[in-house]
Amino acid sequence: MNDPLVHGIVYSLLIVTVVLTATAMALWFERKFAARLQTRLGPTMVGPSGLLQPVADLLKLLQKEDIVPEKADPVIFNLVPPLAALTALGAAAVVPFSPTIVASDLDVGVLYVLAIGAVTVLPVFGAGWASNNKLALLGGMRAVAQSISYEVPLLLSAMVPVILSGSLRFGAIVQAQADHHWFVVWPFFIGIPAFAIFLLAMLAEANRIPFDIPEAESELVAGVTTEYTGMKFALFYMAEYIHTIVASAVGAALFLGGWDGPFWPGLHWMVLKTLLLFVTVYWIRWSLLRFRSDQLMGLCWKYLVPASVLLVGASAVWVVLT
Amino acid sequence: MTALQTVHITRRVDPHLSIDRYDPEGELMLLHFGPQHPSTHGVFRMDLYLDGERVVKVVPHVGYLHRAVEKLCETLAYVQITPIVDKNDYVAPMTNEQALNMAFEAALKLEVPRRARWMRTIFAEMQRIASHLLWLGTFALDLGGALGGGSTVFLHCFRERELVLDLFEEVTGARFHYNTHTLGGNRHDLPAGWSGRVRAALEIISSRLNEYEAMTLDNRIFLDRTIGVGKLDAELALELGITGPILRACGVDHDLRRDAPFHAYDEVKVNVVTAKGGDCLARAQVRLGEMRESVRLVREMVEGVPEGSINSGKPVKLPVQTKIPAGQVYVAIETPRGELGTYLVSDGTQFPYRLKIRPPSLHALSALPYIIPGGNVSDAVAILGSLDPIMGEVDR
Repeated sequence: MNDPLVHGIVYSLLIVTVVLTATAMALWFERKFAARLQTRLGPTMVGPSGLLQPVADLLKLLQKEDIVPEKADPVIFNLVPPLAALTALGAAAVVPFSPTIVASDLDVGVLYVLAIGAVTVLPVFGAGWASNNKLALLGGMRAVAQSISYEVPLLLSAMVPVILSGSLRFGAIVQAQADHHWFVVWPFFIGIPAFAIFLLAMLAEANRIPFDIPEAESELVAGVTTEYTGMKFALFYMAEYIHTIVASAVGAALFLGGWDGPFWPGLHWMVLKTLLLFVTVYWIRWSLLRFRSDQLMGLCWKYLVPASVLLVGASAVWVVLT
Repeated sequence: MTALQTVHITRRVDPHLSIDRYDPEGELMLLHFGPQHPSTHGVFRMDLYLDGERVVKVVPHVGYLHRAVEKLCETLAYVQITPIVDKNDYVAPMTNEQALNMAFEAALKLEVPRRARWMRTIFAEMQRIASHLLWLGTFALDLGGALGGGSTVFLHCFRERELVLDLFEEVTGARFHYNTHTLGGNRHDLPAGWSGRVRAALEIISSRLNEYEAMTLDNRIFLDRTIGVGKLDAELALELGITGPILRACGVDHDLRRDAPFHAYDEVKVNVVTAKGGDCLARAQVRLGEMRESVRLVREMVEGVPEGSINSGKPVKLPVQTKIPAGQVYVAIETPRGELGTYLVSDGTQFPYRLKIRPPSLHALSALPYIIPGGNVSDAVAILGSLDPIMGEVDR
């Protein structure tokens, strides 16, 4: 296990398996959770409490006819769905789930996560362009505009824990919080706003309501995924969930102290915190309406970007003073 | 400003100009919005000419749900027509039958018993609550999506709408297409203890209305999406023949329930809800206010339903035995969507010679080419939803 290559392969497989299983469970959980918010029961028929619903969904999607529109660009059209799932999964490689369970604790882990996050927009835009569908094109256009804008506050707010801990390595960031305080606890006047901005930008990056304008099914039918059927659609769908789970884990590591916590082993705390963020994301999703695209840009450039610049400055000053 | 004054048609920029005038280089994108689209409230198509995401020109197309109802009515005896028109405005079927039978009764000079008139009024107001609840839900869907907060509002609205439909079911046996109005009165009498159950249901609905106001009018995102969107000025609304909540949202104090009382509306006081601005928010405010007003009206009226017969029509053995003397009559009532008119021409036989239905939604849709351009695609969806069009009555 001391060989970094073996370590990387074993832990990558482990994390991929865990994240994909978590995605399936997240599907079930979200359906149940949304149903309770909406005075419904949600899935009840497939398995106990509908636990096997994701399996049934997957089987259904596997059986669907695979349609490539006649005028679509077949190469890009077929390439982007797996790419979407892969890029979303990529960020999980550097997230420390406990002091030892981490596939690869890169020296530039935060940078890597942000870079992978920036790449996730490419498959979405590719899908919008290659579908040769006007609704998909509009969706792709919105996705690019949104991702490029929200990249800025996401990056700046992620810089706050980097500056406070003095490292780009996830392990060191979590260790710094374990040694002193979680960044949302102290210095809370920097940590909490930065965490809020990170959460908002994360929602926007993962295309979740109130920022799901690239999909916007009441306006653009299904946005970029309009022309996709069967398993290709399922990959896009999974990518969204993977993105949300991984982003929750990153948020937990950066601001909520990662695996740090009393009594329980680190893995439990990390899973609990990730779950907490994940539920928050879905709670927001199922209770808010959607922004309009220009209002979305306004929120980003008028409020989030100046605020995050201020926070980066404040955290630098804080580090110098203490 | 009241609608009863003469409207002078003024010349304004014609939104129906050929697209070449807008786009000589052919650079705009034509987006067919509908007929299969989640937010068109049925089968409706708008051709949107887009510059980026901004809508430059809108061409609405109706007719996808045309079922030739008016022509079909010409082949049916008068009592057979009621269940057909039920399907026109399929969100408020009660008011369809009401308008139709009022026209027949006016032509026959048939007096409706007081009890039946009260019942019809109560039904109409309860139908208004159910219809506006459905509107609120679908409007939230348009703003928030079927996989998000919108659907939460939608399902909560359906929960309360269910209470109203249950009460209707108790009276008529049907949850939706009731066929309870007939010539000279009603078919089904109120069951014992019904008024108590109505009061209990209204208790729940009125407390939940507070929640809906909090969910919409206190919601920053809802306000951002509706303020100033789809502004319609009163003059244009009157010119286009728009009635109902959309007209009242433009600040025009016009409501047939008060201005031309029918049924029992002359015996109760109707407070007309109006709002200023003529935008989507004003329309939402008017409809939310009307729900409250309807709750009050039903609560007040259900106490004092007079005793007596519910039907003054002469019993006939066959439907075709009912003949309406030659002549013509126009009757209009205030439905949840506005003025629903029925124009009947009779040649003295057992079938109508011509039956024309004037749907409020059709006129509401005619405002689209004026109010959508300038906004973006999201606004187009919000505006269409705020007009509350029902394709069943638009196309008939």
